[in-house]
Amino acid sequence: MATIAQIKPAAQVRRRRMNWEKYLLWLVLGLGAILMVAPFYWTLVTSFKSRAEVLVFPPTWWPQEPTWEHWLSLTELRIGSFLIFFRNSMFVTFTITALILFTSTLAGYVFAKHQFKGRDAMFLLVLSMMMIPFNISIIPLYALIVDLQWNNTYWALIIPSIFSPFGIFLMRQFMHTIPNELIDAARIDGASEFGIFLRIILPLSTAPLAALGIFTFVSQWDDFLWPLVVIDEPILYTIPLGLSQFRGRTGTNVGELAAASMVAVLPVLIVYFLAQRRFIEGISLTGLKG
Amino acid sequence: MNDNNLRLKTSRIWNRANWNQWKLQKTIFILSVLIPMMAIFFLFWIYPLIGGIWGSFTLWRAFNPDQPFVGLRHYQALLNDPIFIRSFNNTFYYALLYLPSNVILALLLALAIEATGILRGAFRMIYFIPVVTSTIATALIWQWLYQPSFGLFNQILELAGLPTQSYLKSTTQALPSIVLYALWKNVGFNMVIFIAGLSSIDPSFYDAAKVDGANRWQTFWRITLPLLQPTMVFVLVTGVISTLQVFGPVYVMSSTGGDALPGGPANATMVISLYQWLVAFRELELGYGSAMGVVIFLIILILTLAQVRFLRARWEY
Repeated sequence: MATIAQIKPAAQVRRRRMNWEKYLLWLVLGLGAILMVAPFYWTLVTSFKSRAEVLVFPPTWWPQEPTWEHWLSLTELRIGSFLIFFRNSMFVTFTITALILFTSTLAGYVFAKHQFKGRDAMFLLVLSMMMIPFNISIIPLYALIVDLQWNNTYWALIIPSIFSPFGIFLMRQFMHTIPNELIDAARIDGASEFGIFLRIILPLSTAPLAALGIFTFVSQWDDFLWPLVVIDEPILYTIPLGLSQFRGRTGTNVGELAAASMVAVLPVLIVYFLAQRRFIEGISLTGLKG
Repeated sequence: MNDNNLRLKTSRIWNRANWNQWKLQKTIFILSVLIPMMAIFFLFWIYPLIGGIWGSFTLWRAFNPDQPFVGLRHYQALLNDPIFIRSFNNTFYYALLYLPSNVILALLLALAIEATGILRGAFRMIYFIPVVTSTIATALIWQWLYQPSFGLFNQILELAGLPTQSYLKSTTQALPSIVLYALWKNVGFNMVIFIAGLSSIDPSFYDAAKVDGANRWQTFWRITLPLLQPTMVFVLVTGVISTLQVFGPVYVMSSTGGDALPGGPANATMVISLYQWLVAFRELELGYGSAMGVVIFLIILILTLAQVRFLRARWEY
């Protein structure tokens, strides 16, 4: 009995120390969290400030007379309308994502569940592309696009991007979890090979497809170097290209810059808040297999 | 797929003709997937890769069909090109500032967030926000925050009575300023990877350490860190690959105004990818640009192999 009486206060002291530590941790992480979101808050607020208020010192933390003028003027910039850039970005990103999901699942399925000569060597060759930096192939790829007369077309933005070694690797890993018996059973029931893919493989793959889709969408939405190289007509600009026109011009129209940045940031951010768990899974997916 | 096994199962209901027909159907399916796929793969991946290596040995200018072989001339020129040397040094300076601070900060955040209990999910969500948002947009926002005369950072310093800084306009502060932005933007990514790594460690290791009377410091160095080793290899390898290719944020944040070329001030932020872009797509020296691409590839290859080998050797479990 004596020992229990001695242990009890020690445990209480320890618990109190743990609580105190936890609150300190919350405080530090909370301050860090404010730093993470403050730039977005500041940009959003600035996009609603008048031209005069933007330059006021000390800065105002909330727009005194909120205005839509910067958002509206995004449709009539010198280089074109952000509505067009937005449409281009949406079209290109959705098309690439859909095509990558399709090709990766199909290729992953064939590499995992079918046998043919040279399969493993071919897969290894595809996989090794994940090690190759874009710097080495961007120049010949550009020359190829020029030869095909694809520069300044959607083709240049979409077609070179529809094949994803990472996507194929990921879907192949997933296919190994689908039992062969399931596919054999469908074959015995007389399903065609493509029918098996459409009716059995695809419906079973929704979870990895969602993750791969989010990963692909976010990275394609963000793509900058390749569009910069193959597109120079403003009518085909994606949002990052339209935004880059603001570089070095922050002095003149900060409100417009802020509104334009929000156009690029908000769509992804809204979907992120709705499905954040899926997002974090999808984007950090690259790390799961080490 | 075990075809013979399937054949046994089906032998009673199927005759030979059916079997052959099924085999044919399967072959057609495989070919109809592989042929278009491999056509795209070879045209847009393998051909440019070979073209990039070959091109680096040739005098290759845009809109000029002649592509004479010049051997190692471009590589010799690289060694004597002061801007290339500068960009090479800048890239490594950027990587040395950015990578260790990113890894340490991400690991600390992961450990802290794991220990917060009920707020764990909320913190993880908030620190991940910059990762999902547009690089060009956030780089522009930071460029504006760094603006010396009316940027938020200097306004805060002024309100606090501290001396203001020139950030991106200064040859010494420009690159560290971009590193600070990149840390803010990307630390959440490695943090999430580390959280995943931490949660995959078997809790019985910690129980055993507690029984043995290990303090938290010892537990971290003897259990957590060694068991995080695969995660660490992944984070460092992908970190090196992406850091040495950095382009977008530097392109946006380094321009000193208007139509000025990126890389300034005075080449202080010129990194290899940026210089390659200028040489290949502004000066249209495709062969010389290709040689830079090959150099980046070789550096990445050597560093990746070295890291994997070194980190494997260090902790064998």
